[in-house]
Amino acid sequence: MEAVSMQQRKKIHPHKFTLWIAIGSIIMMFAGLTSAYIVKSGQPNWQDVKTPQVFWYSTATILLSSLTIQMALRSFKQREMNRYRQLMAVTMILGAVFIVLQWNGFMQLWNSGIQFKGVAGAGQFLYVIFGLHALHVLGGAIALIVMLIKAFFGQTKTYASTGIEVMATYWHFVDILWIYLFVFFIWIK
Amino acid sequence: MSNDANMHGHAGVITHHEVHYDEHHVHHHKETFITKYVFSQDHKTIGKQFLITGIIWAIIGGLFSVLFRLQLGFPEQTFPILETFFGKWAKGGVIQPEFYYALVTIHGTVLVFFVLTAGLSGTFANLLIPLQIGARDMASPFLNMLSYWFFFIASVIMFSSLFVHTGPASGGWTSYPPLSALHQAGQGSKIGMDLWLVSMAMFIVSSLLGGLNYIATILNMRTKGMSMTRMPLTMWAILFTAILGVLSFPVLLSGAILLLFDRNLGTSFYLSDIYVAGQILPNEGGSAILFQHLFWFFGHPEVYIILLPAMGMVSEILSVNSRKPIFGYMAMVGSLFAICILAFLVWAHHMFVTGLNPFLGAFFVLLTLLIAVPSAIKVFNWLTTLWRGNIRFTPATLFAIGFVSLFISGGLTGLFLGNSTIDIHLHDTKFVVAHFHIVMGVASMFGMFAGIYQWFPKMFGRFLNHTLGYIHFWVTMVGAYLIFWPMHYEGLAGVPRRYLDLRDWHSFNKFDDLNKMITVVSIIVFAVQLMFVFNFFYSIFKGRKVRTQNPWGSNTLEWTTPINPGHGNWPGEIPEVHRWAYDYAKDGREFIPQAEPVGANESKDH
Ligand code: HEM
Ligand SMILES: [Cu+2]
Repeated sequence: MEAVSMQQRKKIHPHKFTLWIAIGSIIMMFAGLTSAYIVKSGQPNWQDVKTPQVFWYSTATILLSSLTIQMALRSFKQREMNRYRQLMAVTMILGAVFIVLQWNGFMQLWNSGIQFKGVAGAGQFLYVIFGLHALHVLGGAIALIVMLIKAFFGQTKTYASTGIEVMATYWHFVDILWIYLFVFFIWIK
Repeated sequence: MSNDANMHGHAGVITHHEVHYDEHHVHHHKETFITKYVFSQDHKTIGKQFLITGIIWAIIGGLFSVLFRLQLGFPEQTFPILETFFGKWAKGGVIQPEFYYALVTIHGTVLVFFVLTAGLSGTFANLLIPLQIGARDMASPFLNMLSYWFFFIASVIMFSSLFVHTGPASGGWTSYPPLSALHQAGQGSKIGMDLWLVSMAMFIVSSLLGGLNYIATILNMRTKGMSMTRMPLTMWAILFTAILGVLSFPVLLSGAILLLFDRNLGTSFYLSDIYVAGQILPNEGGSAILFQHLFWFFGHPEVYIILLPAMGMVSEILSVNSRKPIFGYMAMVGSLFAICILAFLVWAHHMFVTGLNPFLGAFFVLLTLLIAVPSAIKVFNWLTTLWRGNIRFTPATLFAIGFVSLFISGGLTGLFLGNSTIDIHLHDTKFVVAHFHIVMGVASMFGMFAGIYQWFPKMFGRFLNHTLGYIHFWVTMVGAYLIFWPMHYEGLAGVPRRYLDLRDWHSFNKFDDLNKMITVVSIIVFAVQLMFVFNFFYSIFKGRKVRTQNPWGSNTLEWTTPINPGHGNWPGEIPEVHRWAYDYAKDGREFIPQAEPVGANESKDH
């Protein structure tokens, strides 16, 4: 009985699986928003927007953080707990930097006169879409903080890597999602 | 992620899930009232919480329909008692226009989302998934509990919106902008609309958490031997329902977020060139049709989210109670799958008259009409399952048969609407109201009733009173047809939906008596639902006790648990499964439970 159930479980851990479905769900939300963008961009009075430079820096930041979380996962699996903690902390900081940079980009746009009120256009979509993405990064960063606290103060004697694997998958996902959104905004006028 | 840590943080035994749960079960701590009945993580309790919350909403939603039917049936009459209860909303005993629209909107919202989505899926997915696939609980009991409590928060917010000064949302259950986007568009577009949106956002979170769990549980936590094709059809239906929900609710959320921005931050996603309340608005370049795309991309899958669980339960109940295997099991699964795919490809049939490109419309007509194929397969299989069966006419069976009847009637009228040219005439008439109430509203209610009568013994260890059950069925069945059948004629004649007073349309005077009849029948049907609610609560405490483990002689695993199962469901090991769920009338035996090993000389058909 036990052997079989383990065999069944081995396919994929339910929590990882749940994350994959959740990712599908999040993709649908952004698919909805970006298709709305496409529908609207074909209509009269559409105002284009030039994406501020700073979003390139945030792209670099989030790419780097994907690398660090991957390394963290590796260290965890090699049981190098110190390195693991450091890399997780770096990832968390990079995540925070990303959000600050996004905020910076928003402020630049806002100050250049692209605000909520007025003629509809790409700018308003940008705030909503990038903003929702940033919320997803924020959620990830908070989860990272929780894991960090556990890593520093908890008495984890276990080496089950599911939690951190789930975390890393999610983190890579918001990274790829960002690349998609960024390319989308540069491409579709 | 962090939930993972919370749930299993204390043990590195995640790979030994089974073991973990067993351990958990054995020294399953003393439960307090709070952990057992309020913040419970037991899927059975959560299912009951969904059901009872759903029942409360059904009473509210049903009562609202009686109120607006009073207006539609007796527009010239005054009802002073209404003023006593509702004050300015029914000044002089007459239902005011704002009140009428609020009633219709909340009726629709509550029945579609709170009753037939949360109340139906939430109840039976939670109750049945672990019991029927052989699991101790859901993949994540904690997320599951959150799912209920988000629903609860959504309920509280929606309920509180009924009491705000300007009244609840009044733009219809679809809440199209610009009506829903502009505070100055009317009473119901003020704070009530914001509460509606926030409540719906909470509801979406609840549905997503639930759906994630249902899928993960069904795909990962089946007991030994329970291959996918041995699962009862209820499980397949709930699986597809959850997939639909997980992929479509986020799109509604994105539509709602844009709407919130338009409402409160001055953006123009949906707004353009508007003159309202003596004022020209600055918004330019928005498109109200955009909202309809987002809404119906979700909305059409949503109608199947409501229907599929009912289909699954009806399949199971018809097979058990006609003591025959389900006819065409794989065809049933295949048609569910086809319906799911098509559900995402037909949304624009709600938008034929929005100026949709007729060329595009033609594709949507084709895809829409294609749904008739899997639907017909299902109907055929239900009828052949019943055919020459040894049918036990329990209330559950009757409601299941009623479901099939309603699904046929309502599906046929869908074919009219699905043709874009005919829809130009029928759109936004009472014909549409008749169509979707029969095929979705009443049919899914019937599925839900069937499920309640069938699984009440598993939920509460007692039976519902069957005499009241028969009265409930016949009055509801006859009543539903009396209410909605005539609306087809009204719609064909051009009577619009969403109008509270047709007296100035002299050509519609001929329907006056019909409308009175519909209203009277509605009141009777509503009263009978109250009788059901009485039966429900009375039977929880005083119903006839279940004395055998398997009162319906059913094959599925839930009937191998004790009559009143605890958290963890099976006191010993989870049974192993050796066969599909439909070995009825096989080798001269009435039924052979799934947990029974295949005999040496058993015939081989499954
Ligand atoms: C062969 C099957 C079906 C076809 C061809 C069909 C077609 C349509 C069409 C074209 C409309 C839009 C009518 C209009 O607004 O002018 C409609 C409305 C609707 N249908 Fe169906 N339908 C079918 C089955 C179903 C089923 C199975 C359900 C639910 C379980 C359903 C639920 C609804 C609802 C809720 C609406 C109205 C929404 C609203 O405007 O408030 N339909 N149907
Ligand atoms: Cu539809």
